[in-house]
Amino acid sequence: MLGLGMERLRADINRLLALLFHQGVLDEQYLQLQQLQDESSPNFVSEVVNIYFQESEKLLRNLRSLLMDREFSDYKKMGVHLNQFIGSSSSIGAKRVRNVCVAFRVASEQNNRLGCLRALELLEHEYCYLKNKLHELFQIEQQRLLAAAVRYPAQH
Amino acid sequence: MARNGVFSRRRRAERVEELEELLPLTESTNEVHVLAVDDSLVDRIVIERLLKITSCKVTTVDSGMRALKYLGLDEEETSVRIDGLKVDLIITDYCMPGMTGYDLLKKIKGSSFREIPVVIMSSENVLTRIDRCLEEGAEDFLLKPVKLSDVKRLKSYMFNEDRFREEQKGMNKRKLPETSSDDSSTPTLSPSPSLSSSPSPSPSPSPSLDLSSTSSPKALSSSLSIDSLAHSTDSSMPSSPTRRLKMSSQDL
Repeated sequence: MLGLGMERLRADINRLLALLFHQGVLDEQYLQLQQLQDESSPNFVSEVVNIYFQESEKLLRNLRSLLMDREFSDYKKMGVHLNQFIGSSSSIGAKRVRNVCVAFRVASEQNNRLGCLRALELLEHEYCYLKNKLHELFQIEQQRLLAAAVRYPAQH
Repeated sequence: MARNGVFSRRRRAERVEELEELLPLTESTNEVHVLAVDDSLVDRIVIERLLKITSCKVTTVDSGMRALKYLGLDEEETSVRIDGLKVDLIITDYCMPGMTGYDLLKKIKGSSFREIPVVIMSSENVLTRIDRCLEEGAEDFLLKPVKLSDVKRLKSYMFNEDRFREEQKGMNKRKLPETSSDDSSTPTLSPSPSLSSSPSPSPSPSPSLDLSSTSSPKALSSSLSIDSLAHSTDSSMPSSPTRRLKMSSQDL
């Protein structure tokens, strides 16, 4: 891929990022993460985000299994999971996921089981959307890196 | 009272020197070594990167207990520290299971490592929490998510000027009401309910006073006249913007 292909890829990345910012899916903290990426740590963003995904999926599983338990009453434990989720989401700039967690926490503090179930569904939906979009973003970035490598092969 | 303050400060400087002699030989390095404490894996990775990019050496641990263990302050009374590297700064999350950042702060300030500055990080912008931490001797309070500018600012005011020079300045400090056992170089701070929330240029999620480092002290000075106070008391002004903020509100 040469020339125009590179430009198109770069435009795709910018467009996707702009969309995610516009939708409030990401906030400026994501840009902070990008600032931390450089030659010494060229995959920093995708590395952190992937760890965020792993941690989040553990939390989501825990939340679901807590709520699915018919005798569930440990709202405090749910609160602990939610605090962790809020913290990590905030650290990577996952604004919408974070906001849903905050609303979820309110329902939990009110011991509102139905509210919690609804919040969990919304959370899972938001999380899926975020994960898909970020994977898409990383894929395009990978393509751009490959294209750059082809275009500028190492000179001897 | 002021005399006692001067005495203990001089003593403390001597004690620190003695301690440094007793400590195992450390690599002579100009790099600042930071111990970062956070139970969240994602946050540990981010804070480590933030610190490394500002040229600090970093050790991360996931709990207060591990932090104490690393310093050699745990219950097992390890006389030999596990790692020879001297810690220059401790940065810890507030909300952690078991030992909170506040508990850790108290333990450190009550130990032979009380000279090590401790910075607290928290996602909650709660004034009472900030007060408690500053009163217990925390050097500064960072609002999460922590940004590169926060870490740069921290590093620059803590380590770019000669800390010993700061201590010397403190000896000429004007008399300030002090509570009993506090012999820190900055005057004791009591909760100041008069602190009103002032509009800060940076977006703030909560309506309360935003003491996050993203809002520069200058921005808040218009309502609290920090600048005018700073001119008259510059030798006694602590370098931490958060402490400066709390000091000037006391004088109002």
